[in-house]
Amino acid sequence: MNIDRIQEKLEILADAAKYDVSCSSSGGNRKNKNGGLGNSHASGICHSYTEDGRCVSLLKILLTNHCIYDCAYCVSRKSNEIKRAAFTVEEVVDLTINFYRRNFIEGLFLSSGIFTDSDTTMERLVRVAKNLRTEHQFNGYIHLKSIPGASDEIMREAGLYADRLSVNLEIPTEKGLKLLAPEKSHSEMLKPMTLVKNELVLYKEERKIFKKVPKFAPAGQSTQMIVGATDETDFKIIKVADHFYQNYNMKRVYYSGYVPMLEDARLPSIHSQVPMVRENRLYQADWLMRFYGFKADEILDRSNPFLDLEMDPKLAWSLRHLEQFPVNINTASKEMLLRIPGVGTKSVRKILMARKFQKLNLDHLKKMGVALNRAKFFVEFESHNVFTHLIDHQNFRKIILDSTKSKFTSPFSEQLTLF
Amino acid sequence: MTTLIYDGSFEGLMTAIFEIFEYQFRDAEICSQENYKVENIFATVHEVQTQVEKSDRVLKKLEQNLGKSAVSQLLMVFLSEDPQLENLIVSAVKYSVSRPNQNVLNDFAHSEMMQIAKVCKSVSREVHRMNAFVRFEKLQDDFYFAKVEPDFNVLPLIFKHFKARYQDQKWMIFDLKRHYGIFSDRENADFFYPNEWDQNKFIKTQNLLHEDELKYQKLWQRYFFKTNIPERKNIKLHVKSLPKRYWKYLTEKY
Repeated sequence: MNIDRIQEKLEILADAAKYDVSCSSSGGNRKNKNGGLGNSHASGICHSYTEDGRCVSLLKILLTNHCIYDCAYCVSRKSNEIKRAAFTVEEVVDLTINFYRRNFIEGLFLSSGIFTDSDTTMERLVRVAKNLRTEHQFNGYIHLKSIPGASDEIMREAGLYADRLSVNLEIPTEKGLKLLAPEKSHSEMLKPMTLVKNELVLYKEERKIFKKVPKFAPAGQSTQMIVGATDETDFKIIKVADHFYQNYNMKRVYYSGYVPMLEDARLPSIHSQVPMVRENRLYQADWLMRFYGFKADEILDRSNPFLDLEMDPKLAWSLRHLEQFPVNINTASKEMLLRIPGVGTKSVRKILMARKFQKLNLDHLKKMGVALNRAKFFVEFESHNVFTHLIDHQNFRKIILDSTKSKFTSPFSEQLTLF
Repeated sequence: MTTLIYDGSFEGLMTAIFEIFEYQFRDAEICSQENYKVENIFATVHEVQTQVEKSDRVLKKLEQNLGKSAVSQLLMVFLSEDPQLENLIVSAVKYSVSRPNQNVLNDFAHSEMMQIAKVCKSVSREVHRMNAFVRFEKLQDDFYFAKVEPDFNVLPLIFKHFKARYQDQKWMIFDLKRHYGIFSDRENADFFYPNEWDQNKFIKTQNLLHEDELKYQKLWQRYFFKTNIPERKNIKLHVKSLPKRYWKYLTEKY
């Protein structure tokens, strides 16, 4: 093994793959039954965290960064003058196995530039997964990128070896995509997603009849949208996400704040900031849809198309619906408890359990870990709550913002004092 | 007032709890041999002989009242090494006896039960961190070896995970704080308690490394560096997720 050459390739191909946000290793259910190597951990494991605070769960690399396409938002685009490299199937397998044995990773996330046609590229990705599964009895997590345009046959084979398959939508609207990646189209990207969805449904049906059906992408599929490269509203973005959750059996939609790295008149300037707060708010909205029973239209609407950067979307919703508060913590339904600002899903579970034993008050909520700085204004219980009347105060928005300093507020951006 | 002294084992503690009810001690406190230092002149001392039958009866009753997962929560409290662990477990048992038809651990408005939930949360987090942050080094004898210093005594709780995952390799995890470890050589998997001479060998492994080891460590370090996005630098979040006390044994943070 030529260690220096491998290292150089690894550096190039990890660098090119890092803008893919997904690193999740959850949802898999592979067991180590064959006395082989590895298994899936239901909730996934983050083995490390990089200095940008992101989780490192999988060896996330491109097979190659040679690409025939010229998408404006992508570092690996054809016209970009960068170093190019390509791994062999064996090299990827060797790295995966050796990293896994040392407990560095949960598995492999393999993507690729399109170096010739779609089928050849996809076939090469599948070969890595197949080699790991059959030659090495590897039961760790494998996430493969679906290459749009690959034949159904190859995609089906991919699903047999991979735990998760994904296609990145990247640009939420067809119009934006046409501007930045004229060679691509949404309909082409939706094809592999539809196939995976249909296969998953089919697999579920067959499982009802036959016990032993080969697994098909047990951790489902995911996608990613770049935020801030084109001019979509947040409303548009969460509507697209909602559409995928509803119609494509999507496990996750990822939002990737655009990192300016290329000079191009169609893109934000290279000096613009990564929209990290906006990205964070989108994830919060996504969580509200998936775990808190909110509909996309409740979070935003046409007349109100951007998320409030100063406060989380649940709090923003509450301020627009003060008539629904205060909520009685001893009698309210689970659905309504989930809508109280500062109360998360775990706290709701605790409240529901604990109130079978006794009547609850603010003190109890505090011990359970509820964020009282927000929740205290919105709840009521058997004794008097001195905070609820503030809801009707004309400066309520300011009152609540003052008591909940955002984690993104820089201590240096405060107005200067006299001295 | 009675002080019950037990041998420091989980079975010992369960036996002590059995005897509180058996002898109807009022105002009893339980203390492990190791922690029993200052004699309380107002207390009578009762030495507990660990008996598996008594311990099993307590556990069986708890399982009936609280369910299996609650019993493993109490085991977590025990492994937390919390100075209040005996009191917390006793209060859970007593509360459970008074309300046998409910899982009293779910009474999060009860201060001791909430404390138990908190301790369990900390211990589970440490278990998850160990599953994540253990770093094996391949040695010349093909053993994959890792050193850890967990905040709580979690090796018994992570054993199953590593056994299931690494079935086709020989591995060892050694707790430097508590001087014992777990291992599997593919045929056997067990706890091990090395003597001092072996312990010293475990602390310094540089000379025992397999010839490929440093190459893969270097590759991992370079990967870790390259997969970071400098424009998104967020050290606060980095350190929160990866607390500094773990860096010593993390290959990518050497």
